[in-house]
Amino acid sequence: MNKQVYEEISETLYTKKMDNGLTVLLLPRPEMAKTYGLFTTNYGSIDQTFTPIGSDEAVTVPEGVAHFLEHKLFEKKDRDVFADFGKQGASPNAYTSFTKTAYLFSATNHIEKNVETLLDFVQDPYFSEESVEKEKGIIAQEIKMYDDQPDWQSFMGTIKSMFKEHPVNIDIAGTVDSIHTITKDDLYTCYNTFYHPENMIFFLAGNFDPSSMMELIEANQNAKTFQKMDEIKRQFPEEKMEVAKPEARQTMSVSVPKCTIGIKDSVSTLTKNEFLKRELLQSMVMDHYFSKGGDFYQELYQSELIDDSFFYETNLERNFGYTLIGSNAQKPEAFSSKVKEMLLSTRNNDLAEDDFSRMKKKKIGQLLRAMNSLEFIASKYTHYHMLGIDFFNIIPEIQALTLEDANGFLKEWISEQQLAVHVITGE
Amino acid sequence: MEAVEENVVHTDGLNLHFIHNKKYKTINIVVKLKASLERDTITKRALLPYILQQGTLNYPGKKELQRKLDDLYGAVLSVDGSKKGEQHIISFRLEVPNEKFIPDESKIVEESISLLSELLFNPNAENDAFNQKVVKREKDTLKQKIHAIKDDKMSYANMRLIDEMCKGEAYALHVHGYQEDLEEITPENLYTYYKKAISEDQLDVYVQGDFDEETLKQQLVAKLKREQVNTQATQVSPTNKNNSGELTEVVEKENIQQAKLHIGYRTNCTYHDDEYFALQVFNGMFGGFPSSKLFINVREKNSLAYYASSRLESQKGLLIVFSGIAPKDYEQARDIMNEQLEAMKKGDFTDEELEETKDLIVNQLRETMDHPQGLVELLYQQVLAGKERTPEQLIKGIKAVNREQVISAAEKVEADTLYLLTSKDGETNE
Repeated sequence: MNKQVYEEISETLYTKKMDNGLTVLLLPRPEMAKTYGLFTTNYGSIDQTFTPIGSDEAVTVPEGVAHFLEHKLFEKKDRDVFADFGKQGASPNAYTSFTKTAYLFSATNHIEKNVETLLDFVQDPYFSEESVEKEKGIIAQEIKMYDDQPDWQSFMGTIKSMFKEHPVNIDIAGTVDSIHTITKDDLYTCYNTFYHPENMIFFLAGNFDPSSMMELIEANQNAKTFQKMDEIKRQFPEEKMEVAKPEARQTMSVSVPKCTIGIKDSVSTLTKNEFLKRELLQSMVMDHYFSKGGDFYQELYQSELIDDSFFYETNLERNFGYTLIGSNAQKPEAFSSKVKEMLLSTRNNDLAEDDFSRMKKKKIGQLLRAMNSLEFIASKYTHYHMLGIDFFNIIPEIQALTLEDANGFLKEWISEQQLAVHVITGE
Repeated sequence: MEAVEENVVHTDGLNLHFIHNKKYKTINIVVKLKASLERDTITKRALLPYILQQGTLNYPGKKELQRKLDDLYGAVLSVDGSKKGEQHIISFRLEVPNEKFIPDESKIVEESISLLSELLFNPNAENDAFNQKVVKREKDTLKQKIHAIKDDKMSYANMRLIDEMCKGEAYALHVHGYQEDLEEITPENLYTYYKKAISEDQLDVYVQGDFDEETLKQQLVAKLKREQVNTQATQVSPTNKNNSGELTEVVEKENIQQAKLHIGYRTNCTYHDDEYFALQVFNGMFGGFPSSKLFINVREKNSLAYYASSRLESQKGLLIVFSGIAPKDYEQARDIMNEQLEAMKKGDFTDEELEETKDLIVNQLRETMDHPQGLVELLYQQVLAGKERTPEQLIKGIKAVNREQVISAAEKVEADTLYLLTSKDGETNE
């Protein structure tokens, strides 16, 4: 068991790679009453085309399989795992994203039992023809629910406008048609490949003794057998820098139009260090201009182009990335052309030294504040670990950023061809 | 069980509460101004939080204030008003990174205390009046908030229930105030009121995190000290009307799909009483959790509701049942709810259910204590009730509750008012 002490932030992390390939990360927080466990596979909705374990030929599976699998893992032959956690005083949950599927619980007692329940239910699938058929109706309802949600439509609509080929452009839950083609065998193919311990991380944070916990997990893992695993071969199509559709419109039942501007990123050629730097600078720049005290926000607010629903987010992954800016907008065209103008102006406006030093301070503070939450630490540490980055070393990386880095980044960040606008208007 | 260490110091017109723990990488400072809930002042107190966060004398605009917060390593500020029992509280919350985690910084917390002092004692005002533009704009914001309550049917039904049930009691006052008062409020009279509140309200300061208490105490006293004034009589006993024993039913209609059925009960027991623990356990079994009688019987067994639960207002001594039902199911849902209360009074529950509920409550308390704002609210309950009861005592008290005590707490619960917000035709199918 490896013990790493991060003195600056007073954290101690225990790590061990199990014989079967599973990475286990333990973060004791003895002052907390709560413990949070997160079991993540590096597998999400974008992993559609790959070479299955034990095979030489690539396959493409139906859209929505990763999410379908997440639903089905909770169901066992004789019971629902939710009830098991309930009896042990824990609240379980799960989610599927573009790049990950994660299973989790939080509890203040029976921690060892809950850890075993989490590991065991994820590592012991039970898929039958009958239960797969039954689930299709439920997931179809879920997809239809998303169809009625303007915010989700606006999000996926903008993603689809940006990405022409990359499978980030398919809905995480799939479509009603695609999920009807999913079979029990599809689930096992994906499960056996992507839920191999080699492709998974278990993160536990909270109130427990790390040595005995590591022993318990090791005993649990050694009692199970898995096929031998080589590196998973995933295939992604070539994606150009320019957006698929610079402008797209959709109508649905909304009282105020919704407008989102997407900035498409190209990240596939970045090294680990460049990737982190890019991600940090991008989020800092967005905060600088678009948070409530920021110049762009103030200008949009004062010209009454936006209201309380204004938001922005940025997401960088290993082989795709994007930033979204959106709001309910009475005048969507005026809003989008103003935002585009603002974004394109960033390459000509150098940041001042005092602005940049304030941006760094804010970013460091945001991270420290977020680290109060076990949920945040577990998901971020896992996320960065999968990218080969140590999350607990990010603060020194922020401190090392220079004004030249930031201004250099701004010069290259945005060009017109990377921008897409998506508008939803009432019917 | 990890003990909560809270040191309370009464000095210079302040009550300082120091909570030491190493759970967090930040320092949380919460300032609470408490006064009794009154018709004459409620709208002013509702408006003040909006105005105070727009800026101060030295940071007059939102942008200047935000820059200062960013300089303090992305400090986060919020100001809000709330009602607890028959008292009104304005809370200032400031969370800043603990400088221990930032090399070469040692003034972040001290500067944050200065900023807080500025927010409290140096608002954006001149010639004994708040900035006129700011007052005008924030009045609009509050007006929108008052109107928006109608859009959220659950909050609206709850407000209407309390209007009817607590008519004539201070508790019925609306936390967002009243639109008709807004015209009367001027930058001058609002400022005059604020001056009075900031010098006469009971002022409690909570500081939570990993810090040196002596240093912080000196800084807080230097920056926040007040003349020793007669703070208002602090303990307000709730003014409960005598319950006639008859249930009042109020039915209102609107153009809605889902009806809201809310029922208010008097618990005849508050936070102050020894029976409070048993009341909590009673509520947990009756409607506090997804495993409770209300949820199981109204929703799971009879599929009548999308939600059905109950909540205590422990400073005032109320129990409120909430549910969203199909309009046509009103009578059936009401009858099932009544049956659940009767079942509790008869002791119709297993020992296993009793123990599970106690575990759930303890679990919930412990999770609350892992959240910086949650712990402050839990501790502040003691100030509100004028009763010392540490979190350890709370947990111990819950664990010690037995079957007879739960039945006795249930027997004291009396139905007072039923409020139904339903569809216009009353017979919508869904």
